[in-house]
Amino acid sequence: MADARARSVAREVAHGVPAEAAITVRGLRMNYGTTEVLRGVDLTARRGEVVALLGPNGAGKTTTVEILEGFRARSAGEVDVLGTDPARGDERWRSRIGVVMQSWRDHAAWKVRDLVDHFGRFHAPYAEPGRPRPYDTDELLASLGLEEQSHKRLRTLSGGQRRRVDVALGLVGRPELLFLDEPTTGLDPQARRDFHELVHRLTDEDDTTVLLTTHDLAEAEKLADRVLILAGGRIVADGSADRLSSLVGMQSEVTWSVGGVRHVHATDNPARYVAGLYREHGDAVTDLKVLRPSLEEVYLDLVQRSESGDADRAAAEFAEEIR
Amino acid sequence: MNPALNAVRVGLSRGWIEFKNTFGNFGEVIGGYLLTPALFLAIALFTADSTVEGGGTPLGAFLMASGVTMLLLLLGTITIAQVVGSEREDGTLLRSRVVPDGMVGYAVGKTWYLVTMSALSLALMLVPGIILIDGFAVQGVAGAVTLAWVCVLSLLAIAPIGAVVGSLLSNPRTGVGLLMLPVMGLTGVSGVLLPIAVMPGWLQTVAQVFPVYWVGLGVRAAVLPGSHAAAELTGTWQLPQVAAVLALWAVGGFAVAQWVLRRMARKTSGSRVQQAREQAMQRGY
Repeated sequence: MADARARSVAREVAHGVPAEAAITVRGLRMNYGTTEVLRGVDLTARRGEVVALLGPNGAGKTTTVEILEGFRARSAGEVDVLGTDPARGDERWRSRIGVVMQSWRDHAAWKVRDLVDHFGRFHAPYAEPGRPRPYDTDELLASLGLEEQSHKRLRTLSGGQRRRVDVALGLVGRPELLFLDEPTTGLDPQARRDFHELVHRLTDEDDTTVLLTTHDLAEAEKLADRVLILAGGRIVADGSADRLSSLVGMQSEVTWSVGGVRHVHATDNPARYVAGLYREHGDAVTDLKVLRPSLEEVYLDLVQRSESGDADRAAAEFAEEIR
Repeated sequence: MNPALNAVRVGLSRGWIEFKNTFGNFGEVIGGYLLTPALFLAIALFTADSTVEGGGTPLGAFLMASGVTMLLLLLGTITIAQVVGSEREDGTLLRSRVVPDGMVGYAVGKTWYLVTMSALSLALMLVPGIILIDGFAVQGVAGAVTLAWVCVLSLLAIAPIGAVVGSLLSNPRTGVGLLMLPVMGLTGVSGVLLPIAVMPGWLQTVAQVFPVYWVGLGVRAAVLPGSHAAAELTGTWQLPQVAAVLALWAVGGFAVAQWVLRRMARKTSGSRVQQAREQAMQRGY
């Protein structure tokens, strides 16, 4: 039941999609041996849209993205990224895609400007009318606030600066579609906020489609036009953060006291129930509270239960709750 | 603009930048470039008065030829394995995969990096050796030509082995240490540090299957007096055989290496880099 509902939500969104889709995925499956990581993922990203793929660790977010990037062969399903099956993407296709990777200690001895310039040069033969490639290195570094670091070696940078270099490397080919995998993992709150601003600026200026993965709901809400929640190998929710919030928790919990005795009642229509209470008891009603589970609470519950090893049931019940 | 040609050009600049970057770190300059030549020069200077048994060649000159051979072996095995292994793990290779024609650029860059680094390392060994060590000299124009082709062909024959080992190791840091054992063992029995004539016959035969012996023989032919040929197994330099054996290893090695490296590149992905990172964090290095 829950699965069917989750799928119907996905389909509803999919059908509203115009031909201008940057990413279309239908029935994507991935097995590692006998373990099913993805069990029929459907998702779409329109051109210029910022889509967040949200889910607990181990939900298959990275697997999904790596399939879309063409780095991993899928077990089944249809995948179309910028009009091409990623499994057969050629170099021209690759030039239209940007990947912001999580850096570690690669290119530690390189200077920032040298590195960005170097990777930009690979894109030069793939410039298109109206889409010059690559970006001018110095302009790009300036727009990312990295001018002062441009002659520093990567190993001397702070985490936030290093992350901005990752973004510069993902953007330098002026991609039509940008993948961001867990973009703010390991950043301090200030660097994280700067990073969010940066993504907003980039997507406002250029008509870039962005698919980002995160396990942080707040981040997804802040960055994305649309949030897809991946759990138990399926998309269990799909919509703007507002829409998802409105879908959550049809049942509210009303608590109150009358004459020192506490009462609890669950209802679909708390306003009417409260009105009834006042009609009956008048001012004798005290400590009135109406609790409606937030998207955050429902999501955190999903994450907690997935991580304690009950991923499938948690995903099913989440889908139930967010109908 | 032709994409493949562009990628080759970008790759060459990658190799050059990486070569320049090796000077950014004082420890790397000492350990990477100066240590081996200094060691062999010091030993050669201390043994200046002795001669090699049988031929009358100054022992210092023989040891300098050993130094050049060792340098080629280390560059082709340890250096390459380390670079390939760690760059697969730390995401360097993956970065090249996400740009168009990036793998061409990466391969060209690594080759050029090896060439430039080897040229400098060899120069640091050869130039002071020729000036300071009696009997160690490039034997005329013919010797210079021999030295050039022996060095190039040696690296071509050995580098694929290093690359294959580097791409198969699960942990490049400890794995490269393990690679030292066979390299040193083979060097010990191949007439590099001791004349091969002192080895038992069956060991001589085994040694001649591997490239190490032939690298050493080719180097000696280029930098030792012609009279030393008498101390070799056949009493001659056997240069056609040197060329043939090394070329065979190069061709075979490339066939295997390009297959293994392609497979490694195909398998590299963000999550694998992430996994390696987590393992490294757990180990603490």
